[in-house]
Amino acid sequence: MAERLKVHVDPDKCQGHARCKALAPELFELDEYGNAREAGDGTVPVGLEDKAWLAKANCPEIAIDVIEE
Amino acid sequence: MSDVSQPAAHPPVTDWLNDFDHTDPQWTENPFPIWDELRAASPVVHTERFLGCYLPTTYEAVREIANDPEHFSSRRIIVRDARPEVTQNAAPPITSDPPVHKPAKQLLLPPFTPDAMKKLEPRVRTICNELIDGFVAEKKVDAAARYTKHIPVRAIAHMLGIPEGDSDLFINWIHMILELGIKDENLLLQAVHEMSDYFRDHIEQRRKHPTDDLISYLMNARNKDGQPLEDAHVLGSLRLLLIAGIDTTWSAIGSSLWHLARTPADRERLIAEPELMPTAVEEFLRAYSPVTMAREVIKERTVSGCPVKPGNMVLLSFPAANRDPKMFPDADKVVIDRRENRHAAFGLGIHRCIGSNLARMEMQVALEEWLKRIPDFRLDPAGTVTWSQGTVRGPRQLPFLLGKAM
Repeated sequence: MAERLKVHVDPDKCQGHARCKALAPELFELDEYGNAREAGDGTVPVGLEDKAWLAKANCPEIAIDVIEE
Repeated sequence: MSDVSQPAAHPPVTDWLNDFDHTDPQWTENPFPIWDELRAASPVVHTERFLGCYLPTTYEAVREIANDPEHFSSRRIIVRDARPEVTQNAAPPITSDPPVHKPAKQLLLPPFTPDAMKKLEPRVRTICNELIDGFVAEKKVDAAARYTKHIPVRAIAHMLGIPEGDSDLFINWIHMILELGIKDENLLLQAVHEMSDYFRDHIEQRRKHPTDDLISYLMNARNKDGQPLEDAHVLGSLRLLLIAGIDTTWSAIGSSLWHLARTPADRERLIAEPELMPTAVEEFLRAYSPVTMAREVIKERTVSGCPVKPGNMVLLSFPAANRDPKMFPDADKVVIDRRENRHAAFGLGIHRCIGSNLARMEMQVALEEWLKRIPDFRLDPAGTVTWSQGTVRGPRQLPFLLGKAM
């Protein structure tokens, strides 16, 4: 059984590069300034785990955590 | 008042490690081996040129500086021969430090979100196709003069609500500010004044006839106290949008096409797998990042173990950071399906480029439309590719032969 993943964007680090939203639109949202936050409570639906890791690996500000629960 | 300097001829560089110069023809033509040499020697190198200037050579050193506005001010963002007095509202928010920076930036962010750019995309696609219509039947073309140069300038003119037909005027000002102005104060000031007069006229027109473009948006914006922005602030931000919006993306599109002209395998793959385009665009941004910003050291600091002292500038080379092999495996190779690409082409930290979503959209559309209509092209061996100097790097002459090689 794979672990369940959660994504979290650190709002103090995010500068609005919006890479996460482009790579994993299901997992992230942008506010009116284009800054990112996790969609809902950040729970990654089964099958989208790769996208969570990809978003983390491409964030220029290292603002994204992927938490294994 | 500042001293008005004459354009200074810089002696050619013979010692890159201790005497580097980002305006040297060797750097302009091919900076990559220079960065490799410097990076191998130290994470931060220094030159006495430009009244004293550091260059961080690694991704980590660039990141440290970009994330430290307390020691590294953005009041000067171009490394030049002169350091005239700093003026307020030069080009906010890029020329401002905290706490002034954030509210100025927040004002400009909403019109540049990815969703806002989606609405602009059809206009950019039309611009690209109009340009291609103009030369597609020819056998050879200077892709810089007839394609890459016009896309961003017309897109930002469209957003600002100023005539796309004034493009040559804008391009000339930017050449004076970002290239000639490094060594000639007079040309820089002349361009800034002309640009300011131009925008003052547009501001006046909109007082009489409000519009729904970016100029009116800025005039209608309110600061946190509910007050309209000062005219000087509106003017500074308009100058920034025009300066930052044009030759940056022109360069990025040009470098990408230059790569594709020389790399048929990547061209064929992008045509066969168009879904790869966004990833490829990120890789072109990494490998050929056009923009090098600057900071001024205002407090003593140690960066990656190297002491840096106030009174010096920093050439904050995002392009050099993006070629750091510690950060990117095969950093010197262009890998159009590179999955992990934390590149710094749009800067890092609080000054992340406001126009990054615009630039990405323009690059993607410009390459897609070109490849759709001109799948086969190559460098014209009878021509010469030339590169811009200094702050923004990209091809300014891009001679191509169109169609399959015989």
